[in-house]
This record gives sequence, structure tokens and C-alpha cells, in this order.
Amino acid sequence: MTRITEDEVRHVAGLARLAITDDEVTHFTEQLTKILEFAEQLDELDTTGVIPTTHALDLKNVLRKDEVRPSLPREEVERMAPDWENGQVRVPAVFE
Amino acid sequence: MSLFDHGVAKLHTLLKEGEVTVTDLVKESFDQIERTDEKIGAFLTLNEDAFEQAKRMDDLAKTADNPLFGLPIGVKDNIVTKGTRTTCASKFLENFVPAHDATVVERLHDAGAVTIGKLNMDEFAMGSSNENSAFKVVRNPWDPTRVPGGSSGGSAATVAAGQVLFSLGSDTGGSIRQPAAYCGVVGMKPTYGLVSRYGLVAFASSLDQIGPLTRTVEDNAYLLNAIAGHCEMDSTSSTVELPDYTKSLHGDIKGLKLALPEEFMAEGVSDGVRKQIEEAIETLKSLGATVETVSLPTVKYALPTYYLLASSEASSNLARFDGIRYGRRAEADALEEVFTYSREQGFGEEVKRRIMLGTYALSSGYYDAFYKKSQQVRTLMKQDFANVFADYDAIIGPTAPTVAFKLGDQLEDPLTMYANDIMTIPVNLAGVPAISVPAGLSEGLPVGLQIIGNHYSEPTLYRVAHAFEQANGGFKMPQL
Amino acid sequence: MNFETIIGIEVHAELSTKSKIWCGCSRTYGAETNTQTCPICLGHPGVLPKLNEEAVNLAIKAAMALNCEVATDTKFDRKNYFYPDTPKAYQISQFDQPIGFNGHVDVEVDGEMKRFRIERVHLEEDAGKMNHTGEKHSVVDFNRTGSPLIEIVSEADMRSPKDAVAYLERLKEVLSFAGVSDVKMEEGSLRCDCNISVRPFGQEPFGTKTELKNLNSFSNVLKALEYEEDRHRKLLITGGVMRQETLRFDEAAKKTILMRVKEGAADYRYFPEPDLVRLEIDEAWKERIRATLPELPAARRERYMSNYGLSAYDAKALTSTREFSDFFEATTAAGAEPKAAANWLMGEVLGHLNKSDETIETMKLTPGALAELIRLIGDGTISSKIAKRVFTAMMEEGAEPKAYVEANGLAQISDENLLRGYILELFEAHPQMIEDFKNGKDRAKGFIIGQIMKQTKGMANPALLDGLFHEEIAKR
Repeated sequence: MTRITEDEVRHVAGLARLAITDDEVTHFTEQLTKILEFAEQLDELDTTGVIPTTHALDLKNVLRKDEVRPSLPREEVERMAPDWENGQVRVPAVFE
Repeated sequence: MSLFDHGVAKLHTLLKEGEVTVTDLVKESFDQIERTDEKIGAFLTLNEDAFEQAKRMDDLAKTADNPLFGLPIGVKDNIVTKGTRTTCASKFLENFVPAHDATVVERLHDAGAVTIGKLNMDEFAMGSSNENSAFKVVRNPWDPTRVPGGSSGGSAATVAAGQVLFSLGSDTGGSIRQPAAYCGVVGMKPTYGLVSRYGLVAFASSLDQIGPLTRTVEDNAYLLNAIAGHCEMDSTSSTVELPDYTKSLHGDIKGLKLALPEEFMAEGVSDGVRKQIEEAIETLKSLGATVETVSLPTVKYALPTYYLLASSEASSNLARFDGIRYGRRAEADALEEVFTYSREQGFGEEVKRRIMLGTYALSSGYYDAFYKKSQQVRTLMKQDFANVFADYDAIIGPTAPTVAFKLGDQLEDPLTMYANDIMTIPVNLAGVPAISVPAGLSEGLPVGLQIIGNHYSEPTLYRVAHAFEQANGGFKMPQL
Repeated sequence: MNFETIIGIEVHAELSTKSKIWCGCSRTYGAETNTQTCPICLGHPGVLPKLNEEAVNLAIKAAMALNCEVATDTKFDRKNYFYPDTPKAYQISQFDQPIGFNGHVDVEVDGEMKRFRIERVHLEEDAGKMNHTGEKHSVVDFNRTGSPLIEIVSEADMRSPKDAVAYLERLKEVLSFAGVSDVKMEEGSLRCDCNISVRPFGQEPFGTKTELKNLNSFSNVLKALEYEEDRHRKLLITGGVMRQETLRFDEAAKKTILMRVKEGAADYRYFPEPDLVRLEIDEAWKERIRATLPELPAARRERYMSNYGLSAYDAKALTSTREFSDFFEATTAAGAEPKAAANWLMGEVLGHLNKSDETIETMKLTPGALAELIRLIGDGTISSKIAKRVFTAMMEEGAEPKAYVEANGLAQISDENLLRGYILELFEAHPQMIEDFKNGKDRAKGFIIGQIMKQTKGMANPALLDGLFHEEIAKR
């Protein structure tokens, strides 16, 4: 039986970088538990030795030549950036 | 009488003969939008340059060879348009103006189609009712108290309401076909890889496909002709040689072998829908096709498989919306808060729920049980389809188990909402094409007949859909 | 108590492609910030990656040069994590099917040959570059984002900081010679992270490891590892508890500084990249790359010693960089005697380069010209003293040695009759000198030769002159 706990929900929200409220934690815990219980019916199927399908079409070796193409004008990068300083995207400090 | 009552072929002739101008067509669009969109809510952004473009094109129309030249189209708002706001119906991208065009948009421009605007949808294409748009709901043109379906609700409603001649949608688990069925239009989900995904904001990369929504099967074939084909920018793009899809519309389906999976007519299918599909089967038989009942035993596992796979891919695809380079950035002093608050404020509940589910399914300790397991089930499902296609030309059934439901009806329980997609989801998992065509009304609301084919069998699907459409009467315009 | 140190190393090397791994942006070093970006490498909505063929070629080449097995069936995976320098919030990397695996390098450390095994070599994309502006903000330059990288993961085979440096030096040399990467640590095209742990001798389980990040030179690798090794040992002796930490090395303070304490393994939620198709490297492809693999430095050194009779020291010096070694090869290929070519390169050429801003690649001297110079000395056309003057002109002006010698009248006088004539003339004029020489006064010879050099402005072939002097004096 898959039971997702509130702590797990908080952990997952952390991994997904979602700031969720306590109410949302309760809410998501209930809903995700329901969905995961529903998903447990997959256990009925024996998939031993079955190769997982990662792509709908079996293509291979799709490659491009090593050729330089024009980049975006920097003004476009600046236009989209929420914060900008001297040609670079600015973010709150990261210390390493 | 609307100019759009003429299909692509007739409009092309009228444009060439100078009977109709591009400006006339663009005006038809804007007039109808003006008249109806407050009620419908199909458009999120209108192309303010459309009349300018039309004016420039008017002189060229008489010599234009491309059948799409000058025809007004709506584009789902998860397909990026250079210089035109592309929001995915999300607050996160409320003010996002892309720096590039999607391949399909480039191809439409090359063909000379005029983009009228960007169409409402469920946020990031997650939903079956269009109620998950961050900006406004879309209402069903047949009954404004009902949903248009989702996630391409705007794309289906706008065509049904006569606001544009046709539109583009995207389909990850039924998002073209289910709204097409609910709104009474033709919607095609092509073979995975047939239409470039470059410029389609990814929901679930291994399932997403762009496709056309139109009034008629013929128009659908015209639009697919314009957008299908290999794209250098998409590594998963197919390289097969493509036919002219309009050539398959000759109306003859004598001797075609059609399969009806018993799972598609099981409990859960409303009486009204069942009745319309049974009638449709009779029609197809009367046209010379045979219909036999078969089984697709893994179809009952399609829902959980889909929700685990699609949510897992989505959790990663939507991680780029982090508030750093574009889109919404929450006011915050700490970097971690920029991430978490921007995403918290930018995403709606359904998007968050699926990101949570997908993150959980991929996290260590659960990967094999959820993600890998569902990919294995996907393999079994592909085999199920392959088995049927070894003996049959196509699979038929309802597109959705019911007609359009009331706004607000299914919001509370995600599982009920997800169940709407039970007949469409297996198609995306198998990567095969499917089309939904109008199959009459039930309780005064459209019912869709879904026709599913093997990989690259779009010509067969068009052939069956066209024959059925001709026999059944085709597109009906709702009273607005 | 005796301790054993265990070190494992992860190296990231940028591959020498023209464009990035998934898009056509240039990856030239030192461009203006955020001018080499596009929707693809910035992770805009709706973009898709397309694999650069040359990046795969170079990764295969690196794997081969490091004696790895090369995978036939391989693929890419997403490694999910949030960081401002990672636009998609996932890095496309390789999780369970790396391009290369089971490799090794053999290195001599303090006279002992050691084999350091390589667990894997995989292909991935680089992140952007973060800089810090003041206390409140950091800024991001995305020019480097999406540059092709290989990550080379060693087994924990190194037993000392010296081992670690020897391993890194060999790696750098191999990657450079194979033409895979330009391996410039100062430009970040070669970066390394080291894991170190210490355990009492004979103890089976590993001690708690610490990870050293962002080491920017081999000398700092050595210093940082020595510092850590010492810190681990002291903690073990005093019974302290080592935490699993990530550290950086503070060059000025000469010590390691805590960056963060590791709490459990990070959860990267790897899964197969749905936007890229599988990669199948068949035998033909492998052969094609194998054929382009140049002779690696160890093999070159072996050949220099056995075929050219060079010393181990010279062989090592000549293979210090690929450019230097290639120049030597080209010089000998142009006909120069190897020993002489080696002497010129390690002496005059390096001496000259050390005093200028030039490098082997930018200098005016060509292998053909150097070979010509060596030939002119060998056949007596110029003296070794004049040769240095010619060499200077070659380095500074790109002079052609033969033409320069002719234009400036620098050829030696090797005309026997002419030189013999001078000697006989001087014998006539100074008979006393003959007597003096026979009485053992070497000065007499110096006088005669000096006079002739004066008369010929130093151009007389000294060896020939010396021989003729002895020939003539013997007749007296």
C-alpha cells in the first residue's frame, strides 16, 4: 500500500521548489495518496523482462554538424530577464 | 452564412478569382470574435497586425498557389510565436514574448495563413475542461454552461463558433480529440514525430503532438499537409516520406476492416454517446466496412500509466520556469525564495499537483515502481495495438465517454476528471494517430467518433473519417 | 598509527568543438557576457536539443585515449536540480550508459609504475558561469551554458596527493594530445573535484570522505589534498568525527574551507531524456575515430628514446605539450637530426618563448626553417655562433635561414686553397711562430688563427682552418 506522508509531500515540494502552505500539504497528501493508490493497479500486470518504452518511435543517431549559427542579440536576453546588471542576469546572492 | 462555411478549397478559389479578399476573411474572424468571444473566451491574445498583414496579402492572393494562403488560423497558446505573447494560460508566462517561432508557425507563415491570435487552454495543457486556464474559462459554443473540453478547449471552441477557419491544438492525452468531440469539430492527433514539436512548450515530451482542428475532414487534411514533415530542430521528428493527405479523401471504404474494442464501450459510456456510436457503426457498415469487436486488455491500465509518465516528464519540463531568465519572478531576498515563490505564485493547482506527482514518481526509491513500471506497461500497450493492427485497418470507438459536462462539475476530484481521457490516452502512449469526427448530437450536444490507426496511417484515418462525414452530414454550427 | 589515504577524482573537460552541444552558439572563450546564447541554451519554453556530432566523436576519442571500452548502445538522461546557472533546471548527462567505461592510465610516481583505473567517461553539457557582485547579488553569464563536456570519473585508486597530481597530469596530457580538449585550467576548460578519505592501515571500510571542489591548478590540488590528508589524520588520532563535507581551497590562507555539509545523497531524479533519441556507436564509427587517434605522449616518449636515442629527460620535456611535441615531430620529418632538433627546441626556442608573449603556435619559426638551420650547421655552411644570429632573425622576423645567410654574407669560408694561402702567408711573415708552436706554445696557433679570422671578418670555417693549420705546420 503506497501511503504518501505529509513529510514526504513537504520533501517532494522542496525538490520541486514549490512553496506550499500547510493547507496545501494536507490537501496534496490526500490527493496524491488517492492517485498513487489508483496507480497500484499497475502491480497486477507482470512486466518482468519487459523493455521500457522511452520513445514512441525507435529513432537513433539524430545528429547535427558542428556548425556555428547566430546567437540571440543580447538585448533579447536582457528584455526577458527579470533583473539585469551589466550584461548579466542578476539573482539574489549565491555564496560558495 | 459565414465565409468559413466554405472550406479551404473553395476559399482558395474565391481568393484567386478575387471574389473574396484576405481582408474580408480577417474581418470575418474579428467580427465573429467581437460578437462571440466575450461569451466563449477562446482567445487570450489577438494579433494586432492581422489587418496590416491582410492588406499586404490582398494583392498577392490572386497569384498565390498555397491553398492556405490568406486563411485565418488560431494557434493554441502553448505554441510559441515570435513577438506575440505566449502564456500557456499560466500566470508564470503572463508577459512572456518569445524570441523565436515554433516550426509549425513558420510553416503556416510560409503557407500564407494569417494568425488571428493565441488560444485559451488549460494551463500548460494540463486538464480536460479548460477550467485550469489561469486567465478565464472557455465555454462550450453549444451550451455556455458546459465545458469545451481540454486542454485545447480554445482551439475547438473557436472553430465551432466560426471565429476562425481552423486552429492548431496539442494533444498529450486527448487534448485535441476530446475538445473536438465536445465542440463538434474535427480534431487530428498525428503519429508521434509527424509534426515538429520545436516551439511547442513541452508538457510530456514523449507524448506531445501538435495537430489540426477544423470544421471538415478535408480542411483537416489541408492543414496537416502544411505542418507535417521532418524538422531539423526536433531530434524525435520522423523522416518518413509523406503523402498528400487530401488525396485520400475519395469516400470509398468498402472492405475496410474496423475493430471496436470492447473496453471502449464498457460501463462509463453514457447511453447517449453509446447510441450515437452504434449508429455511426451502422453507417460505416452501410458504406461497406466491416466492424468486429476486439479486446485491448491493457487499456484499463492506461490512466495510471499516463498520469505517472506524463507527470514525471512534466515535473522536469516545467522546472525551467524558475524565475531566473524570463517569466514571473517573485520579490525575494534569497535565491531559494526566488525559485519557490515564483513557482508557487506562477503555477495553478493542477500544474502543482502534477509536478508533485511527477517529482515523487521520479524520486529515488520510487523510480522503478512508478516511472519504469509505467514505461513497461506502455510497451505492453503498444503490443496490444500492434496485435489489433495486424488484422484490422483501424480501431473505432467514442472519443469521450460522455458529452461535454457542466462547468465546475468535475473540478473537485482529479480522478473523475482524469477518467474523461480513458479512450484517448492509449493512443498517445502507443504513439499512433487518431482523429475525432462529429457523430451527431446527444442531449443537443456533440458526440465524437474516434478513429485510431497504426503509425503513419493518417491517410486511412482521413479516408474513413471523410466517408463517414459525407454520409453523416458533417459540421453543424451551434446557435450562438 | 599508520594511515592510508584514498583519493578519487572527477575531472570535467570541455570538448574542442566549434559550437555548443545542443545548439549552434559559438563557444569561443572570453566573449562578451551573454552574447553566445540562444533560446535553446537559455532553456526558453518550447526548445529542443539536437546533438552535436563532433562532441560525440571527441568523447569517443577521449574514451579510447584513456583505454576505455566504448559503449555500443548509449543514451542521454536528465539530471534534475535547480541552480541559476542551469537554465532548464536539468542537466542533460549520461546516467547508466556512459560512452566510455573500464579505462585506465599508467603513470610513474616516484619511480614506481602505477595503474589508476577510470570508472567511466560520459558526455554532458556545461552550466553557465556565476559571478558575485557585492553582498546581495550574484550575476549569471550563460555563454558557457551548453558547452560540451566530458566527465571522467576515476576509481578510488590514488593513495597520496602525489598520485592524484600524477594522474591529473597524465589526463591533461592525454586529452591534449588526443585533440579532445584544450585543457586550460585557467579558462575552466579543465576542472577537477577530488574525494579524499583516510583509514588506518589494514582497515577494510573506507573512512568518511570529504570532497574538494573548484581546484584551479595542480599545485592547489596538491596543497589542498595534503592539507586535507593531514586534517583527516589528526582527527582520527584525536578520536574526532569526520563529517561528510564539501570544501574549497583558500589559496591565500593555504587551508580548506567548508562549503556545505552533505546530508544524504542528492536526489537528482535521473530519467531518460525524451527529447533525444538513442545513440548507437557501431564498429564502423568506432574504427573511424580510432583511425584519427594520434600517437599518445607515452608512446612518443618511448619512440624518442629507442629510435632517436634521446634521454628520458629530453623525451619528457619534448612531450610536455602536444604543440611542442608536434613541432619536434615536424622538424625531424623535415630532415633535421633528432638530437640537434631536440637541443634547439629545449634550448633556444624555449628560452626565446619564455622571454616573449609568444607560444609555439603563434611564433614565427616553422619546423621547416628550423630543420634548414640545423642542416646549414651540419654541412658547415654556417658556424654555430652565426647560427644563433640567424635563429634570432628567424624568431623575430620569420627569416628563411638559407636566404638570410646569403643576403647577409654569413656563409663560412670553407675554400681550402684560400684558407691555406692565408696560413702560408702568415708563416712567411712570422717564422718565429712556427718555432714557438713546436716548442709547445699554443699561443702561436691562436695568433695565426686570430689573424685569419680578422682578415675574413670571422667567416673562416674554424674546424677547417684548424685542420689546415695542423697539416701545414706538420710539413715544417
